[in-house]
Amino acid sequence: MEALNEAQDEPSFRWYLRGARAAYSIPGFILMSSFVGFSALAKAADVGLWATVFMTGIVWALPAQVVLVGAVIAGNSLGAAALAVALSSVRLTPMVVAIVPELRGPRTRGITLYFLSHFVAVTSWVLAMAKLPDVPASRRTAFYFGLGSTLTLTNMIVVGCVYVLVDALPRELSAALFMLTPMYFLTSLWGSAREWATNLAMVFGIVLGPVCHVLVPSFDLLIAGFAGGIGAYVIYRLAHRRRSA
Amino acid sequence: MTFHSNDAWWWPFVFILVAGWLATDAWRYLGVYLGGRIRDDSEVLVLVRAIATALVAAVIGNLILFPSGELASTPVALRIEAEIAGFAAYQLARKTVVVGIIVAEAILLAGLYAL
Repeated sequence: MEALNEAQDEPSFRWYLRGARAAYSIPGFILMSSFVGFSALAKAADVGLWATVFMTGIVWALPAQVVLVGAVIAGNSLGAAALAVALSSVRLTPMVVAIVPELRGPRTRGITLYFLSHFVAVTSWVLAMAKLPDVPASRRTAFYFGLGSTLTLTNMIVVGCVYVLVDALPRELSAALFMLTPMYFLTSLWGSAREWATNLAMVFGIVLGPVCHVLVPSFDLLIAGFAGGIGAYVIYRLAHRRRSA
Repeated sequence: MTFHSNDAWWWPFVFILVAGWLATDAWRYLGVYLGGRIRDDSEVLVLVRAIATALVAAVIGNLILFPSGELASTPVALRIEAEIAGFAAYQLARKTVVVGIIVAEAILLAGLYAL
């Protein structure tokens, strides 16, 4: 109890630094490697250096950024691109809903939570949900600010450096960079699934995506997402009803 | 009104602000607003998670079958093999992400250097 009181008295800045240090962990390094792949993708799509760095800081959600660059490659209009990105980012809402009660201390202001919510993305969320219970309630916002801002700034630097250097790489290594993003998504998404409806939705989506890409190129992501997601949900519900009946 | 349709230096940044920042942070702010009001196990969230996941999975499928950059010049069968082997390794290693990535990359690179 005494140790806890001592921790409560420690300055917020120290907890900010602890959060920053938590960014340099295995999930943090995996995220960096997938931003390496993203930077190569953005350069191939002819998104400029500063636009790519800016996108990383201001969007800060790798799936959304990949969808956005995909819309740039496809030559989609601003409206269609915004719609596809918005639909790929709905999952941010439940993630934020889940983390807000963890972050909120006795005197946390609303504006602080709105500000910190910008840093919510798969990796910082997974790390925070694991580590926040060990942080005193009044220092959780400082800890998460350290974690989120360090991850974001580090990856902005990574993205900028890779953008400049990627052309100097041998072709095979460059190809391997483009493999990092899909592999990271595939495994981390599968692992974060809470009910098997999500896993089934993944299987449907991964097959429907390319099929819709050929059949309805302008709306491939939207149709694959809705058809795959709703289909998986209906099967999940029917299976549960049968079991409980 | 596409990303490359306007040569002004500021246009890419406006495009990213509207299609990127607005389209993501709006959901985050909604999450703060709703925080505590929705139960995390509520039924609507199961459907929302399923749709969001299928959408990102569609991106994964497209990145493998219709990749960009240097990956586009590699054989499609090799890419699918690498992805499946990586996923199998990930499962065998009790869902360790880094194992899946390393195995997929190793198979891809081995295939490319053997060609």
